Amino acid sequence: MKDFRISLPLSSAEISYLHPNDKVLLSGTVYTARDEAHKRMIAMLKEGVQLPFELSETAIFYCGPSPAAAGMICGAIGPTTSSRMDPFTPELLKAGLRVMIGKGERSPETEQEIKAAGALYLIAIGGISAVLSQSIVSCETFLWESLGAEAVFKMELKDFPCYVGIV
Amino acid sequence: MREISSGTIQEAVYRAISRMSYHCDSKVTLALSEALNTETNELARDALQSILQNHKLSPETSIPLCQDTGSTVVFAEIGAHFHLTGQSLPELINAAVRRAQKDCPLRASTVADPLFERNNRGDNTPAIIHIEYVEGDKIRLLIAQKGGGAENMSFMKMLSPALGAEGIIDFVCEGVLAAGSRPCPPLILGIGIGSNFEGAPLLAKKALFEPFGRAHPDLRYRQMESEITKRINTLGCGVQGFGGSCTVLATHILQAPCHIASLPVAVNLQCHAHRHSEVII
Ligand code: SF4
Repeated sequence: MKDFRISLPLSSAEISYLHPNDKVLLSGTVYTARDEAHKRMIAMLKEGVQLPFELSETAIFYCGPSPAAAGMICGAIGPTTSSRMDPFTPELLKAGLRVMIGKGERSPETEQEIKAAGALYLIAIGGISAVLSQSIVSCETFLWESLGAEAVFKMELKDFPCYVGIV
Repeated sequence: MREISSGTIQEAVYRAISRMSYHCDSKVTLALSEALNTETNELARDALQSILQNHKLSPETSIPLCQDTGSTVVFAEIGAHFHLTGQSLPELINAAVRRAQKDCPLRASTVADPLFERNNRGDNTPAIIHIEYVEGDKIRLLIAQKGGGAENMSFMKMLSPALGAEGIIDFVCEGVLAAGSRPCPPLILGIGIGSNFEGAPLLAKKALFEPFGRAHPDLRYRQMESEITKRINTLGCGVQGFGGSCTVLATHILQAPCHIASLPVAVNLQCHAHRHSEVII
């Protein structure tokens, strides 16, 4: 197991340097999206509407945070099951997405798509929210606030611990 | 008849939900540290250390153990000589759920309609409540905050009685291995054997409330429990799918009578963020 400190946006060279099971401490700006946000992003892309962030420069974090208590930067942060996002992933890869963070296996087809696109799937550990929250510098609702935990949140990560799943 | 006001019980349920969202069962913490002592896989060890650190940090930082703070499940056993005054049991439980969601705060994770719109209700109600009537003048509430990941990978099947214990062990092991890392192993397995199509899953869920790691009183079931734990840990996907020998921390079986033609088996998966508690009043 090798440890790497990396920052978004990642170049293809940086991605190709990583191997499955490497431990990564990730820094940079990411956007959260779960099932409903994925549906909406895909609908936007289909209509030819630009997403309000550059997919190729960020990471999509499959996460629905719990609300922050008063005076806290964020609530509980952690990954949700990535395979639920498999049906949406090829479209997003086509639109430039290069880095995803979640938990669990991807379907064999999605795994192929991720590899073919030269993209990176990072695994974060589920159920360690208090630990992961220590790596969150800022967290704000960015899109579709009415979706609650399913909204898109913009997060600034500093040394967020995860592991290379697919590369 | 012993009379207790709904306010007293609402307060106890509210406290139980608030506490368990930040405090893991100490027996689970202990089992995880023991697993760390024997685990040799480097990644699995790293993940176990993070989980243990989380158990320490969560109460210190007031950040919930997991961002999926769960749906509330309650098994209520009401004594025949216990009388509730004020609100009904579902009303007071849902009031406690609403308060805990707001005050902790916990994640709102319940949608009103399962298929269309899927609008978030915003307060985690309704809790899923099962009521039983028993002897005595007390009320006993088993309360869990159950996350979606492990619940999604749970499974049940009406098996043929001819398959016997070996058939059940195979069925359980295959299902748990197929779930992979999605339910966030290390896991606790609640297994319900018998009853019927709706009864077996209820037994499986209730089995998760058995004291962690308890041995079944019937030797034959106890052997099944340890065989299932052992086999999965030999073949298993390990902590978070990283490999190694710690996929299952404990297996609890509950059984019940069933129809001559049936052998219902249900397996309810519980992730390491095991949030459950017991209230007796
Ligand atoms: S399965 Fe459990 S530990 Fe994993 S994300 Fe869900 S609630 Fe959290």
